[in-house]
Order: sequence, then structure tokens, then C-alpha cells
Amino acid sequence: MKALKTLGYVLALPVLLVLLWWASTLGAVNFFVPTPAALVGKFGEVWFGPRFFTDVLPSIARLLVGVVAAIAIGVVGGVLIGSVKWLRALLEPTLEFFRAIPPPVLVPVLILLMGITDSMKVAVIISGCVWPVLLNTIEGVRAVDGVLSDSAHTYGIDGWARVRYLVLPSASPQIMAGVRQSLSLGLILMVISEMFASSSGLGFTIVQFQRSFAIPEMWSGIVVLGLLGVAMSFIFQWAERHILRWYHGQKEVENAA
Amino acid sequence: MQPDPTPAPAGKTPPSGKTLPEVMLSVRGVKKVYQTDGGDIEAVRNLTFDLRPGELACLVGPSGSGKTTLLKCISGLMAPTAGEVLLDGKRVSGPPKKMAVVFQEYGRSLFPWMRVRENVELPLKNQGVPKAERDTLVDEALEAVGLSHVPRSYPWQLSGGMQQRVAIARAIAYQPEVLLMDEPFAAVDAQTRADLEDLIRVVWKKLGVTVLFVTHDIDESVYLGERVIILSSSPTVVQEDIVIDLPDERDQLNTRALPRFTELRHHVYEQIQLAKKGHRPAAAGSTTA
Repeated sequence: MKALKTLGYVLALPVLLVLLWWASTLGAVNFFVPTPAALVGKFGEVWFGPRFFTDVLPSIARLLVGVVAAIAIGVVGGVLIGSVKWLRALLEPTLEFFRAIPPPVLVPVLILLMGITDSMKVAVIISGCVWPVLLNTIEGVRAVDGVLSDSAHTYGIDGWARVRYLVLPSASPQIMAGVRQSLSLGLILMVISEMFASSSGLGFTIVQFQRSFAIPEMWSGIVVLGLLGVAMSFIFQWAERHILRWYHGQKEVENAA
Repeated sequence: MQPDPTPAPAGKTPPSGKTLPEVMLSVRGVKKVYQTDGGDIEAVRNLTFDLRPGELACLVGPSGSGKTTLLKCISGLMAPTAGEVLLDGKRVSGPPKKMAVVFQEYGRSLFPWMRVRENVELPLKNQGVPKAERDTLVDEALEAVGLSHVPRSYPWQLSGGMQQRVAIARAIAYQPEVLLMDEPFAAVDAQTRADLEDLIRVVWKKLGVTVLFVTHDIDESVYLGERVIILSSSPTVVQEDIVIDLPDERDQLNTRALPRFTELRHHVYEQIQLAKKGHRPAAAGSTTA
């Protein structure tokens, strides 16, 4: 019963929007706006064929590799910069410079340096996604509680054990906030990296459809991107619930008090 | 609790069989000056006292008398500006392995992402204590503080008093020779506090551990200690060092009703009042009992 109710809440608005769309395209002849039925038809036809393997999967693979690499670099770098004072003093001004550069402008540069390759696209994704994770991790690491840190220190929990048992868990709420931002950035950068110069991928295909006036196909590509975003968001929420169970529990207790 | 009629702490033999040194913890001329932008602040001027093995001493002083500073110097979390701390004859330069500290802020000294059992177990795991031995130590420690029933809870699911019990269990399981406690019961309610005071006496007797208990509560210091070290106001020296000659078997109702308890309490209170007014002992040293 409870599951049904939840499902109802999840689906209510999408169903309403599709109904609205359907009603407003009744008898309409605007070439650029397809009817829901036409779109659904095209959707299956376009994406559940060879395109799934030549465009959708490569895009998802690049996105995954880019985001995972960005999280790894961000967390490792963040723990180092957050823990070592002189490193922070040395790097922070420079980091501000690189962070300010919008990743899309790196696409032409990276094409020249790395060619039109998968690595180039992954590099674009990393160059954007690394920042939220890195900066949040630095903040999280710096905010480790003094008493907790003293406790760990008096029990001889130092070095790697300190990172594993104290620093990483303590910074995990901030790290997860960074990861959440990175995921949505990653999707954007995945599409952008494929729009400039590419021969495959979702971004490439959508631009191809637009240029060849395959309008319902183009829309269906956008729907794929939206669904991909929803799937990522669900996976993230599931992971967060597990990793930050203690954090949400603690917050609940504090708020109830 | 084994009955021990000897009132003076000198008669106490530690339960462990090995020969123990004359002095377990030695604080020698410790001075701590904080350097701030607004100039130097002298928190502790010159503190000297010794703790014998197995002794339970309370350190009491007016608020702001540098109690916490001193404890941080003793536990090796902070280096003194001058003087030294010796544990078992060895100079303390970082947190020593034989020492455990229980902090006042129980809510911030346990790992909220670990369950009760994992919290108690972590220091042992970190030291590479084998799993079977670890399990026994953790079970015993949780049993000793009366928390065997909540090993799977998270600390924040427990009341303040229970959280502090977990912190005490963690310290016990670590098997320290010296247990430092920094106003551990200042943030729990009065009834819980009485229970925890008795718990400390029980644990101390059972383990034969040397305890230095820092508090601002005069009653607590007299009730708990075999000895009370009274600190002056900042910059801190030892104001007085007195032996608490109450019966070894203490009880919240009867001990506190003893005329001697009232006398001692009165005396410590007077000394603290004097300290607050800025009175300092004639010699800046201590009158060690």
C-alpha cells in the first residue's frame, strides 16, 4: 500500500505533463513539436536498435569513466590538500584559477592536444566534475571535529588509519554533496564533448537529427538524456542512503531534541 | 568492590602482579603559554605533582584555571612551553600508548558512523590486537559499564550518560595504565552523574589503573578521589594537595553524610574561594601528601 502511494507520487506529475502535451498537440500541425504517440514510436525505433550499442552505451561508458575518475581524483586530492597546510597555501590560489575556466572552452584545446578520441571526451568530463568533489572534500576534511580528532590521536589512530576511520567518514556528507553536483555536470559535459567533434554518442546523434530535420528523433534523444539523468539520480540517492545512514540518523535525533 | 579498610592511599596494592614504579605519572614544572595575536597568555605557570601507580587523584580548580590545558599537556596532545611530563619514567612527547583519555564532550568523542561495539573495538583493531582477544576485551568493557545490551546501536541513539559509558568502555578496553578524565560528567544530569561516579570507583578498583580525574565540582572531587589536587586561578600553580581520608568503600548516601566528608568538602571549597580571589600558596610548589 505504501509502495503504491510512493509510486503514485512519483508518477503523478509525469503523467499529467504527458496528458497536457497530448492535449495541446491534438490537431496541431507544428512540424517542430511531435505528438506523444509519434515520439514514443520513434523512441523505440531509434534507440532500441544498433544505436543503443553505437551511441548510447559509449556515451554512458565515457560518462561513467569520467565521473568515477573525477570522484577519485577529487577525494584523494581533497584529503591531501585538506590535511596538509602548506599544500593548501601553495595550491589554493591556482585552483581558483582553473576552477573558474568553464570546461566547454577546453574542448577545442583538448581536441588539439589529444585528438578526437574517447580520452579527450573523458578529459572534458573530468575537468568539470572534479571541482565540486575536490572543493567539498577539502572543506569536509578541514571541518573534522577537534575533540574527535584528539580522541583518535590519543588512541594512536594516525596516518592511514586516521584517513580511513576518521577523515573520510567525517567528510563523507560534504563529499557526497560534491558528487551530486558532479553527476549533473557530468551529463552536461558528456553531451557537450560529443557535440563539437565526434562520430558517435548521444550528443553527436541529437545534433545530427537536428541538422537533418529528423525532429521526433531529435526529441527522443533529449528524452533519453532526461531518463539517464533520472537513473543517475536514483542510483545516487540509493548510494547516499547507505553511505550516510549515520549522518541522516544523527540529524534526525538532533532535530527531534 | 573488595573491602579495603586502609584509609590512606599508601596502603593500596595494585592488583597486577608485576613490580610497579614508585611514580606512574610525573608532572614536572609544566608551564604553558599560548601565543596569540593579542599577546601571550600564560595558562599554566608552574605545575609539579606525582601520581603513584594505582592512585585515583582529582584535579579541581576554579573555572579557567587551565585544567584542560594541563590535561592536554599530560596526554601528549600539546607540548608544554617548559617543564615535562613523565609517564613511567619516560618523557611524554606524543599520545602515549599506556594512556587513555575520556573527554567531557561525549557527543564529539565517539565516532558517529560506527556502532557502539565498533567504537570500543577501533583502538584495539588499530593496534593489531587479534580478533578473539579483541572480542573478549570489548565484551568485558561493555559489561563493566553496563552496556552489553546495546552493541549494535549508534552512539547518537543513546542518552548522554550512556554515550559517556561507551567512551569509558573504549578507554577500559584499551587497557591503559593511566586514565585521564577531563570533566567527564559535566554535561550529564545529576542522577546519571552519581551512577557514573560510582562506576569510575568500581572500574578503578577492578583494573588498578592510575586515574587523574579533572573536575570543577568540589563534591565530586572529594567523593571520588583518594587525593585532591587544588589548582590556583590562572596562571596556574598547585594551591594545595590533600589526602582524602574517607573510607575506601564509598556510597552516594552514607559517604556524603559523613562529618569528615563535610569537613573535606568545606576545606576544598575554602581553598577554591581563596584561589578565585587570587590567593596563591607561599611557595609556588606543592605540599605533597
